Amino acid sequence: MSIQQIAFLILLGAVSFLAFKRYSRLRRNILLGKETNLEANSGQRWKNVLLVAFGQKKMFKNWIPAILHFFIYAAFVITQIELIEIIIDGIFGTHRFFAPSLGGLYNFIISFIEVLSALALFATIIFLWRRNLLKIPRFKKPEMKGWPTKDANLILIGELLLLTGICCMNGADMVLQDMNANHYYQTGDFAITGWLGPALFGGMSESGLIAVERFGWWLHITVVFAFLIYLTYSKHLHVILAFPNVFFARIKSRGEMTNMPEIMNEVKSMMGLIPEEEVSTDMTEELPAFGAKDIFELDWRTIMNAYTCTECGRCTNECPANITGKQLSPRKILMDIRDRVEEVSDNIDTGKVEMVDGKYDDGKSLFDYISKEELYACTACNACVEACPVMIDPLAPILEMRRYDILSESAGPKDWLPMFNSIEQVGAVWQMPDARDKWTEQLNKKES
Amino acid sequence: MEETITIKKMSDHLAAGTAPEILFWVGCAGSYDARAQKVAIAISKILTELNIEFAILGDEESCTGDPARRAGNEFLFQMQALQNIEVLNGYSIKKILTICPHCFNTLKNEYPALGGNYDVIHHSQYLQELIDAGKLKVEGGEFKGKKLTYHDSCYLGRVNNVYEAPRKVLEALDAELVELKRCRTKGLCCGAGGAQMYKEDEPGDKRINAERVDEILETGAKVVAANCPFCLTMLGDGIKAEEKQDDVMVYDISELIVQSNNW
Repeated sequence: MSIQQIAFLILLGAVSFLAFKRYSRLRRNILLGKETNLEANSGQRWKNVLLVAFGQKKMFKNWIPAILHFFIYAAFVITQIELIEIIIDGIFGTHRFFAPSLGGLYNFIISFIEVLSALALFATIIFLWRRNLLKIPRFKKPEMKGWPTKDANLILIGELLLLTGICCMNGADMVLQDMNANHYYQTGDFAITGWLGPALFGGMSESGLIAVERFGWWLHITVVFAFLIYLTYSKHLHVILAFPNVFFARIKSRGEMTNMPEIMNEVKSMMGLIPEEEVSTDMTEELPAFGAKDIFELDWRTIMNAYTCTECGRCTNECPANITGKQLSPRKILMDIRDRVEEVSDNIDTGKVEMVDGKYDDGKSLFDYISKEELYACTACNACVEACPVMIDPLAPILEMRRYDILSESAGPKDWLPMFNSIEQVGAVWQMPDARDKWTEQLNKKES
Repeated sequence: MEETITIKKMSDHLAAGTAPEILFWVGCAGSYDARAQKVAIAISKILTELNIEFAILGDEESCTGDPARRAGNEFLFQMQALQNIEVLNGYSIKKILTICPHCFNTLKNEYPALGGNYDVIHHSQYLQELIDAGKLKVEGGEFKGKKLTYHDSCYLGRVNNVYEAPRKVLEALDAELVELKRCRTKGLCCGAGGAQMYKEDEPGDKRINAERVDEILETGAKVVAANCPFCLTMLGDGIKAEEKQDDVMVYDISELIVQSNNW
C-alpha cells in the first residue's frame, strides 16, 4: 500500500466521521421542529422534485442568473461521476479506474465534465463580479453584512480552486499520456485539457508532470471533502437540501393557513356543535401555548426551509414591505430561524442549557431575533413564497409568530383592536349601525 | 333603469320553498364600504339583467374571518367561520359568488377543513364564464381602444392562480390592455392584505400603494381595472395622494361592464 493510499484512507475516514457527525446534527436540528401532518400526494411531490429541484423551473423567471447557475449546477451534478472514480482510485491506488472498461464513453464523459467545468468557471467569475462589483440590491441588504457575504465569496473561491484542481489533474495527465508515461492509461484527448494541458504543461519533465497531476488530484478531492463539511456551516446546504425541501413543500393551496384543530374544537364546543360527551372536561390540562414563540413550535419543514435557504434574496426583492423600506425581509426571517436553531443546538450539545422534562429553556426565543415590527409589516401577499426557487415558505413562520403574539400574549398592533371587536360584535370589519343589506336600497335610486 | 330590482334573501327563498341558482356573498366591504357598495350594485345589475336567480344572506352573513386569521387571531376566525358554515349548511348552499378575493379564498380554501364545502367562484371567473357562454355581451364600447391597465390582486392571482379570467373579461371591452411592469405572478400587492388595511404602516420610505400607483401612472393608462374592494380603496387613495383622481379612474371589472352596457 502506497503512502498516498494510506493518506487517502486516513482523510476519507476523518471526513466520513466528521460528515456523519455534522449531518446527524443537522437532522436532529431539523427535527427540533413540530411534527406535521403531511398531505399525501407523492405524485405531485415527485413532479415538483423533477421540475423545480432538478429542472430548476422557478430559477428561469430570471434568465441570466438562471443560465449561469445552471452551468455550475450541471457541473456539480455530473462531476459526481468523476468523484466516484477519484474515491475508488484513492482507496485502491488505481489510476482512472473506469477508463479501460468504458473506453470511448470514458473520454466522452470526462470531456463533457470538462466543458461543463469551463462553463462553471465562466459563471463563477461572473458571479464574483455580480456579487462584489455590481450593485445588485438584493446582495446589499443589511442582513447580508459580514459573514453571509463572506460565506458567498468563500464558496465561489472554493469553486475556483476545484476547477484549478481538475485542470491540473487532467492537463498534466494529457501530457503524461503523450509521453507514454507508465501508469497513465491512454484515454485519448479530452475536450479541453487535450489542448490546454500541452499548452500549460508541455515541456515539463515527467516527474514535474506527475507532481502537477497529483497536486491537481489531491486539490480536487480535498476541496470536495472540505466543501462537504463546510456546507453544514454555510448557506450552501441548498445543494443537498433543495431536493428534500422541494419534495416536502406544501401541496395544498397557498390560500389555506394551517388549521388549528385545538382552537376549532374549543370554539365548536362553545357553540354547542360537539356532542357533550365528546367535550374534553379535563380541567387540569395546561392551557396550551398557541402559534410559535420559538423554533420548537415551528413545523419541522420551516426549519428545513431555514437550512435550505441560500440567501439569494429573491423573496426580499419581491416583498412589498421591503421594497417600500420597511424592516421586514423574508430572507432575514429564514436566516434568523437558522441562527436561533444553531444557538439552541450548540447549547444542547455543549450542555450549556439542560433540557428539563424534555423542554428547552434558555430564556430566549425567536422574538429575540425577529422583531414585531418585522412580523406586522407583512401583507401576506405570498410574493416571497412565489419567488423562492426551492419552494421555501417564509410566510408560514411569520403567521405562526403572529399567532403566538396575538393568542398567547394578547399583544399585537393596537390598531387591530377595533377591527377584532367589530367582527366579534357585529360580524363586520367596520362597526356600522346599518343593516348589512342596506346597500341594496341604492339599487333603485335614480342616478343623479 | 326602469323596473325596480328587489334582491331576495335566503330567508325569503326558504319561506317560499325555492332555491336560487347562486348565493351572492357580499362581504363586509360590499355591504358597508361606500366604494365597494358600487361593486355589489354592479354585480346585482348584471345578474338581474341576465335573469340569473340569486340571493344574499343579509344580516345572516358575517365576516369570513380572513383578516382575523391573517392577523393571528385564530379564535375569532374560527368563531366567524363556524358560524358562517352553520348558516351556509343550514341553507344547503352549493354555489357562492364573491366580489372579494379574500372572501373567495377563505370560503374556498379554508372552510373545507372546518366542514364547509362549497363551489366558490370569484366574479372575475363568473363574468368570464358568462361571456364565454355568450350570455353576457358587452355593447356600447365606451372603452373601445382606450388604454387600460389591470392590477392583479394577490389573493386571486398569486394565491389562487387566477390570472386569465379577469383579463378575458377586459378583452371583451375592446380596450387596449397595457400590463403593469409587475404583473401576474410578480404582481405587487396594493398594501391592504394580511390585515394591513386596518392598521398604520410600519416605518418605511414609502407606502405600498404609492409604489403601486407610481407604476400605474407610468403606463399612461386612464383606467385601472381591479377586482378586489381593498385594492380599489388602496389604489384610489394612492391616486388621490398624487392628485390624479380626475385623470385616472380605478374601477372594478364589473363596473366597466355595467358602464359599457349603460345598465
